[in-house]
Amino acid sequence: MQLKPILLFFSYKLVRLALLLVAVAVLTFGLMSLSPIDPVRAYVGADMLQISAAQRELIAERWGLDQPMIVRFWDWFGQIVQGNWGTSMVFNQPVLQVIGQRFLVSLQLLAIAWLLSGLLGLVLGVLAGAFEGTWIDRGIRLYAYTLASSPTFWVALLLLIFFSVSLRLTPICCAAPPGVLAQNVTFWQHLHHLLLPALTLSIIGIASIALHTRQKLIDVLHSDYVLFARAQGESLWGILQHHGLRNILLPALTLQFASLSELFGGSVLVEQVFAYPGLGQATVQAALRSDVPLLVGIVFFSALFVYTGNTLADLSYQVIDPRIRIGGRRAA
Amino acid sequence: MTTLAPPQIRAPKQRSNRRQQTLWTIGLCVLFLAAIILSTWFIGDAGLNPVLAQRNQPPSLAHPFGTDWLGRDMLTRSLHGMSLSLRVGLLAATISALIAALLGLAAGTLGGWVDALICWIIDVCFSLPHLVLLILIAFAVGGGTRGVIIAVALTHWPSLARVIRAEVLQVNSSDYVQLSHRLGRSPAWIARHHMVPHVIPQLLVGLILLFPHAILHEAALSFIGIGISPHLPAIGIILAESMRHLSTGYWWLGVMPGVLLLLSVKAFDWLGENLRALLDPRTSQG
Repeated sequence: MQLKPILLFFSYKLVRLALLLVAVAVLTFGLMSLSPIDPVRAYVGADMLQISAAQRELIAERWGLDQPMIVRFWDWFGQIVQGNWGTSMVFNQPVLQVIGQRFLVSLQLLAIAWLLSGLLGLVLGVLAGAFEGTWIDRGIRLYAYTLASSPTFWVALLLLIFFSVSLRLTPICCAAPPGVLAQNVTFWQHLHHLLLPALTLSIIGIASIALHTRQKLIDVLHSDYVLFARAQGESLWGILQHHGLRNILLPALTLQFASLSELFGGSVLVEQVFAYPGLGQATVQAALRSDVPLLVGIVFFSALFVYTGNTLADLSYQVIDPRIRIGGRRAA
Repeated sequence: MTTLAPPQIRAPKQRSNRRQQTLWTIGLCVLFLAAIILSTWFIGDAGLNPVLAQRNQPPSLAHPFGTDWLGRDMLTRSLHGMSLSLRVGLLAATISALIAALLGLAAGTLGGWVDALICWIIDVCFSLPHLVLLILIAFAVGGGTRGVIIAVALTHWPSLARVIRAEVLQVNSSDYVQLSHRLGRSPAWIARHHMVPHVIPQLLVGLILLFPHAILHEAALSFIGIGISPHLPAIGIILAESMRHLSTGYWWLGVMPGVLLLLSVKAFDWLGENLRALLDPRTSQG
């Protein structure tokens, strides 16, 4: 009885995902084939001078570059569907393997930043909303508005200058101390290196959720039912607990899941500043060193990542809000 | 009675003050941004030349932003960089707003499969992290200043196009547009005479609020090295260069240009917010 709507929900989501990935494939393929980068030249690299025009044509023919675009797209897309995403030229490994390894490193960073920014943003938003107009509210708003318009990589630079160079509290780069083998890194060393990048990512993510939560809470506090609760002698804490949080949580959660897209973009910049060897840094290297298979793989992966975030947001409604249920008729 | 009188007298004065304040803020923001863009013509290239005797000096009265490892004045370099970044951002954001206007109007007026197609393109654009899409496009067109402009222009229109589409749909359902349809006007005529006047204020504010995003993304692309050529003093390049000198304690190389970037972005934000307040009939008199 309960299984059918959930199955329907997931199959609908999977079909949407498939359509989206096809769209991303068309977009990526179109961009890559329009680009001035010659695939043969990118593959051969510095040895380009040593091979003749006939050899170049032979390689092009072997790769099917003389075929029309539609044929090439179907060839390429067929391989992608079968799981052959090519070999990364920068890392000299299959693309899927590179993405898997790098994402595991980034995942800790993203998860800590995501949780921290969500919790802190919610707390700051509730504080600002509950004490609307006071200096607490003004301070939090100033902080949020300033952070919302400051460049991610600059905030990372500032924190690096302050904590790593001036105070020498945190390491200046990488995910492990230099000269230590990956298997010998202790948990604390790992956490030590993770701390500042995660902190940077989270304080940037706070702004939007804090401002939205504040606005929502102010709306709730100006409603008739809160006025009635106050007239009955309910304390501010009681109102927050019984009326505020319930109404705030849903939009905050949506926003936080939707922010996965920005979080991913932020991680590219933050990993670049802290030289943290995650997926973000791999993205930059793939683009700088013309590693087309890896870049395309990361584009696909990031689309999947963002889509997962949005789907989780949809799912979380079911858990939090009893009024929204998959299928819609279960309450009866 | 007597207690009510004072606010009534004071109220009109306050109102005019708010409006004047808004106008003043707009004027100051425009002046500040224009000063940065035009500053390169006034200060010239003198500060860009290396003066090895004055290397790595912290901020002082002679060099408010300090000097770098070649003795170049950081204020001059930052202003040159900010000016370049602003011009690139302005160009890219304007192209983006034009695309948004065209597609938003088309989606709103033509409806049917055109609307579905445009909405679908917008959805696809939103399904990728913005920075990844920027990197992808900048990479595909071959990087450089041209690459940044194309990438920023092609990725910033979806949200504004959505706003304009919604506005057009709202106007489209109004009585006078329905009447215009019955009178046999073509969709193009209606778009030109009924939609455009409603959409222009939205577009103007949307355009100005696009600038900060465009400038930040331009700086980010240049920072990671896919954007503007490293020989030009763009703000992202300057910040990327400062990375190499961080561990030596030359904090001003990274901090000061960033402050300038932050101020410019804030100026655009204030400009947009105040212009919106002025153009919106609900707040323009308040």
